[in-house]
Amino acid sequence: MRIEGIPASPGYAEGTLFNLDRPPAAYVAKASEAEEKAALKAAIGKAVSRLTSLVETADGDAPGILEFHIAMLEDVALSAPAFAALGSGEPADAAWRQALDAEIAGYEASDQDYFRARAADLRDIRDQVLRALSEDSETAAPPGSILYGSDIAPTRFLETDWSRGGGIALGAGSTASHVAMLARSRGVPMVVGLGAFADEPTGNALLDAEHGGIVLSPSPKEIEAFRQSSSSFAARQGQAQTFLAQPAATKAGTSVRVQVNIAYPSDVDGIDIATCDGVGLMRTEFLFGKALPDEETQYQAYRKVLEWAGEKPVTIRTIDAGGDKPIPDFTVEETNPFLGLRGIRLSLARSDIFRVQIRALLRAAAHGNLKVMFPMIARAEEHRQAAALFAEEEAALASRGVAHKLPPLGIMVEVPSVAIAPEAFADVAFFSIGSNDLTQYVMAAARDNAAVAHLNAVRHPAVMRLITSVAAFGREKGIPVSLCGDAGGDPAAIPALIEAGLRDLSVAPAQLAMAKAAIADVPV
Amino acid sequence: MSASAEATVLITHEVGLHARPSVKFTKLAKSFAAEVEVAVAANGPWFDAKSIVKVMAAKAPKGTVLHIRARGDGASNAVEALVGLVQRDFDEDADHARSA
Repeated sequence: MRIEGIPASPGYAEGTLFNLDRPPAAYVAKASEAEEKAALKAAIGKAVSRLTSLVETADGDAPGILEFHIAMLEDVALSAPAFAALGSGEPADAAWRQALDAEIAGYEASDQDYFRARAADLRDIRDQVLRALSEDSETAAPPGSILYGSDIAPTRFLETDWSRGGGIALGAGSTASHVAMLARSRGVPMVVGLGAFADEPTGNALLDAEHGGIVLSPSPKEIEAFRQSSSSFAARQGQAQTFLAQPAATKAGTSVRVQVNIAYPSDVDGIDIATCDGVGLMRTEFLFGKALPDEETQYQAYRKVLEWAGEKPVTIRTIDAGGDKPIPDFTVEETNPFLGLRGIRLSLARSDIFRVQIRALLRAAAHGNLKVMFPMIARAEEHRQAAALFAEEEAALASRGVAHKLPPLGIMVEVPSVAIAPEAFADVAFFSIGSNDLTQYVMAAARDNAAVAHLNAVRHPAVMRLITSVAAFGREKGIPVSLCGDAGGDPAAIPALIEAGLRDLSVAPAQLAMAKAAIADVPV
Repeated sequence: MSASAEATVLITHEVGLHARPSVKFTKLAKSFAAEVEVAVAANGPWFDAKSIVKVMAAKAPKGTVLHIRARGDGASNAVEALVGLVQRDFDEDADHARSA
């Protein structure tokens, strides 16, 4: 039986199904009270860090709820009865379950609806820790499994061993989720939007993340067809590898720059700089994950990438917080965050935090070929204000005799106002088209909503017309234009982007070879 | 030195001192060195205002007169700040107004 979904990271996986939503496995009691205590403490810590990472990707009401769970877990008053029970010889799982069940009963007994409803939160908290307790070996997915469930947490993805293949099949999920991004950069096949699975499927399955689908209980015939598609995909990928070491060029010999998108400084460790033309987008949100980073931390992170790239350009995007990327103590809670105080708007509103990043960038610029771009620019004034902050901080560094350099300051083209009327931006150093956000704003279709995924199409004529006109404006004014959205690495979208006049694409590192191969096929 | 302070405040927030409001309330309480307690009646029982588990257990819905008392360094500042937070509906309306 084949179920159709949406491909989130291309590839093929054949393997045993592993249920992400199944209840925690049995806990193996430890030999001593001290070990039980350590196990419970570690499990609570693990649950907290798991929730903390979920907060980073959650939107709407979810962060508020998760923060409540975190606050409860971090309160020693919650775990005290469990730790006391460990003293009388209970294993950690039973002690925790009893302590939480007692607490849950208190909520369930309330005569207030709102309060009774919190029992569900307590049960969730209870299970998070129980899962963490038993996870030691039992519930880690065996290597090569196809992980399926309604959704997957980033921590789960990061905890899984992908070295022997495997893939992800989600009932809900999103191609724009952080896990989808991680899957693409690691080359893990992933399909989302499969809908609820009728029965709990077991056994082997075939995940086709090139077209978007999963085959449950496959017949020998289906297995044979799948293996053919899979090896054809592998062959195409292998062929693409031969393009990797070459500079990209179309069939007509037009050269195209291909840079990489990175999210973490460590991403560059696995990339040979000779295979790309630089970093077209380095996100900086990762630095802001848990707490606001200081200048030195940021400086070291930027410097590492600049030194790796040598003379090749590294384009760092200033903090793009807000939207689907909330940051504690920085972003504000909003009912419509994609249209709210995010990107450069937030940075300008919180210039105290922005200035720290600016100083780190100015100092790092002395170590390589840095370019800096601002996200979510809607009006030229925002670029001028941000540039003025750079000038002020530069003057301050100069007066203190600190080594630094003022990098070229460009903008992301993702708010339609810029793409429609680029003439106001004739004095910016460069344009980088953020096709993900541009598409979602032009089509009024959220990136993280599977129900409107069909509208979120970069190749819609409205989006392509804007991209074409920005490329033409850049050529006319001598302003470099690149594109750093997912479309840049999508072999199906690449011909249209080249036709539209783009000659500079930035793609996920795992897509470098396929992108270059796709470019070589373009007749222009 | 054993400064102490006490005050009462009416909870006007729709869901009361629960979940998200209680996260804000306990976070603010924890920012003070003073020992801070809350109760839903003048004669107690008193709950540790820095523990979200205890504050939730106070079960204080909308319309409750919350009693707050503090002892130690910055006691009066702590009570004043917490009363302010409750009076401002835990800043939740402000958050919504901003995003509207």
